Amino acid sequence: MDMMEKLEILTESAKYDVACTSSGSQRSGQAGSLGNAVSFGICHSFAADGRCISLLKVLMTNGCIYDCAYCINRKSNPVRRAAFTPQEIADITMQFYRRNYIEGLFLSSGIMRSPDYTTEQLIAALELLRNEYHFRGYIHVKAIPGADDALLSRLGMLADRMSVNIELPSQDSLRKLAPDKSKQSILQPMGLITNKITENSTELVKYKHAPRFAPAGQSTQMIVGATPDTDYQILNLTEGLYKKYKLKRIFYSAYTPVVEDSLLPSLDTKPPLLREHRLYQADWLLRFYGFEARELLDEAAPNFNPLLDPKCSWAINHREQFPVEVNRASYEMLLRVPGIGVRSAQRIIKARRAGTLDFHALKKLGVVLKRAQFFITCKGRPLEGLKVGEHTLLRSLMSGQELAKFQQPEIEQLSFFDDSYLAALPEAGRAASFRYGG
Amino acid sequence: MFATTSLAYSYDGSFEGLLCCVFESYQWKETPLAIHSEGSGQGLLLEAKWIETDKMKADRVLRSIPLKISREAEDLLRLGFWSAVPDKEMLLLNFLYLGFTHGPAVMNMLADDTVCALNKAVRLLRREGHHYLGFVRFTVYGPVMAAVIEPQGYVLPVIEDHFCDRFQSESFMIYDRTHRMALIHQPGRRAIIPLEEWIPPQPDETEAAYRSLWQSFYHAIGIKQRRNDRQRASMMPKRYWKHLPEMTGKQADRPVRTARKQQTPRRPRELQ
Repeated sequence: MDMMEKLEILTESAKYDVACTSSGSQRSGQAGSLGNAVSFGICHSFAADGRCISLLKVLMTNGCIYDCAYCINRKSNPVRRAAFTPQEIADITMQFYRRNYIEGLFLSSGIMRSPDYTTEQLIAALELLRNEYHFRGYIHVKAIPGADDALLSRLGMLADRMSVNIELPSQDSLRKLAPDKSKQSILQPMGLITNKITENSTELVKYKHAPRFAPAGQSTQMIVGATPDTDYQILNLTEGLYKKYKLKRIFYSAYTPVVEDSLLPSLDTKPPLLREHRLYQADWLLRFYGFEARELLDEAAPNFNPLLDPKCSWAINHREQFPVEVNRASYEMLLRVPGIGVRSAQRIIKARRAGTLDFHALKKLGVVLKRAQFFITCKGRPLEGLKVGEHTLLRSLMSGQELAKFQQPEIEQLSFFDDSYLAALPEAGRAASFRYGG
Repeated sequence: MFATTSLAYSYDGSFEGLLCCVFESYQWKETPLAIHSEGSGQGLLLEAKWIETDKMKADRVLRSIPLKISREAEDLLRLGFWSAVPDKEMLLLNFLYLGFTHGPAVMNMLADDTVCALNKAVRLLRREGHHYLGFVRFTVYGPVMAAVIEPQGYVLPVIEDHFCDRFQSESFMIYDRTHRMALIHQPGRRAIIPLEEWIPPQPDETEAAYRSLWQSFYHAIGIKQRRNDRQRASMMPKRYWKHLPEMTGKQADRPVRTARKQQTPRRPRELQ
C-alpha cells in the first residue's frame, strides 16, 4: 500500500475527532531544530466543512480490538485497514511542517493488541520526532484508556496536549454503545493527567528547566445526539470536568452516522449542528463569561431553545437585572448583556475612561446593538425611538442569519413562528411590560 | 487642528517622509487637505507641496511620540502606516494631532472618529498578518524554501519574527508580490529587501509528491455531511486561495454553488 492510500485511510478514520487546536503552548525555536509553538494557536487551512485544519490529524492505525457502536473503526465494521510506522509518521510531519502546511501533529490510534502496546507505539513515534528530528512544533496525543500509568507519564512528557475522549455524556449511554469502555477507564487516565500537570507545575517553580508535562493541558470530546442525554446533563458534566479535572477545552461533536446499528439513530440522520453550536455557546459562557450551568438550564427546561442563544434566554428570564448603565456597569455585568462579548466589554471599559459613552459611541466601538439595545442605557436613557414590544424584542433576539447557517439547503425552511418553538420561549407576552428603570 | 490650507503634501512614501510631513504641518501651523505619496498619481487638482525627507526632522517627531503620547501610540502609528487603508497619511496625521493634544489618554478615545478608524485599520492588518502565519506555503527547492504572498497590507514586518524563529535553521524567502518586497532569512541573518519581480521555479518531483499528499489529506479530513462552503470562505477568504496548493491542485473542489452575494454572515465570535 503506498503512502497516499495510507494517509487517506488513516485521515478518514481520524476526522471525527473534533479537536484541532494548537493553542496553549509557548515555545521558541532553537538553532539546530525545527519549529516553535505559539500560545494563541494558528489555523493553517479550512476544510470544506469549514473546520480549521491546524494539525496533521491521523491515526497510527485504524485497526482496533474494540467494538464501540458509534465508531467508524469498530472491529466489526468492514473498512479498509492501514497502519503507519513511527518512521512514516515522523517523516510526513516534518515535511508538512517545513512547508508550513501544519502547526504540528495530532496523533491518535485504534487499539492494537493492548492499550499498553498501542501507547508504546505512540511513544516511539513521538520520541523519534522530538529526539531524533528535534521537532519543536505542537503535538497533541490521545491517551489510551487502560494503558499503564508509567507509559502515560512518558507520553505526556513528549506532547503539548493530551486528551482522553469521554465519548458519551452518561454512564448509561456508554454502557450501551461502548461496552469495552467504562466511565472508570476514561476518568482514571484523565485524573492521572490532571495530577501530573499539577505536580509538574510545582516542579517548574523549583526548577526552571524541569521537563514539562503536557504544557497545553488536557481536553476531551463528547458526541451529541447519539443518545437521549439532555443539554442540561451535558452542560453539568462539562462544568464538572472544567472544575474538577481542570480541562482546557471540551469539544462537542454532532453525531454523524457512519455505521448502521440498531442502538443508534438511523444512517440518514442529519448531524444536529445547531444543537452543537448552542452547546459551544454555553461552553463559552461557562469559561469566559462567568456563568454557571444551573443558571442556563434546569430540570424543567433541560434543552436549549433552538431559536435563542443561551445568553439571550438567560437575559429574558432575568429582566429584573436589566437595563444596565453602560457607563457604570461592572465588567462582569457588561459580559452578561446579550450582544456584548469579551472584546466589546473590554473596549467599553477602556473607552469610558476617556469620556461618557452614548449609543453612537458604542456603535463605533463595534458593539452590536441589535440585541444589546434592549438591555442597556447610556447616560440613563434607552436608545431613542426604541420600541419594546413582544414581536420586536423576540424577532431582534432571534438571529435569522445565524440559524440559516445551520440549515442545510435541502431542509425545508424552519418557520420562525412555528408554534412549538414559540411556546417554549420564556414568557414572550411579558416583553410588553419590560420597562426601563431610571 | 490648524487652519486647513488648500495644499496637498507629497512625500517619498517612506515612514520618515511621513514624519517630515507632520513636522512641516507643525512648523507652518497648517493642515494639508491631503497627503500623497510619490507616484500614487492622485491630487492633480490640488497645489502640491513637496516635502523633502530629512532624517533629523523625522527623528525629532519620532522621539517625541513615546515622550508626549506613549510607546503604544508609536506602535499603532507604525502598524497604521503598513495598513492598506486609503488615505492612511491623513489618518495618521490627525491621530498625531490628537495625541499631542491629549497625551496618553488618546489611546482610550476609542469612540473618536480618527482613533476608531486607525484602530480598525490596524486590526485589519494584524488579522491579515495572523492569517498569513497559517496561509504562507513554502515550496522546498533542495536546501532552500520560498513562498509567495499577495497581502493587502504590508505584513512582512508583522510576520517576520514568527517565521525567523520557527525556521531558525532554514534558508527561506517570503516574497510579497503586492509590495514587491522580500523577507530573506539564512541561519543567523535576515533582511527585508525590495525585489521587483520573482517567478517561482517549477517544483521538483519530491515537492510535487508532498503537495499531492497534502492535497489528499486536505480532502480526506473534511466531513461530507457537514459541508459548509460559506463557513470555509469566511474563515479562509478566497483571495488567499491562489497560493494554497490544497485549493488550486487538480482535485481542488469548487463550491457546489457560488454563494449568493458576498454577504457572508460573520461567524459568531464565540466560535472563532
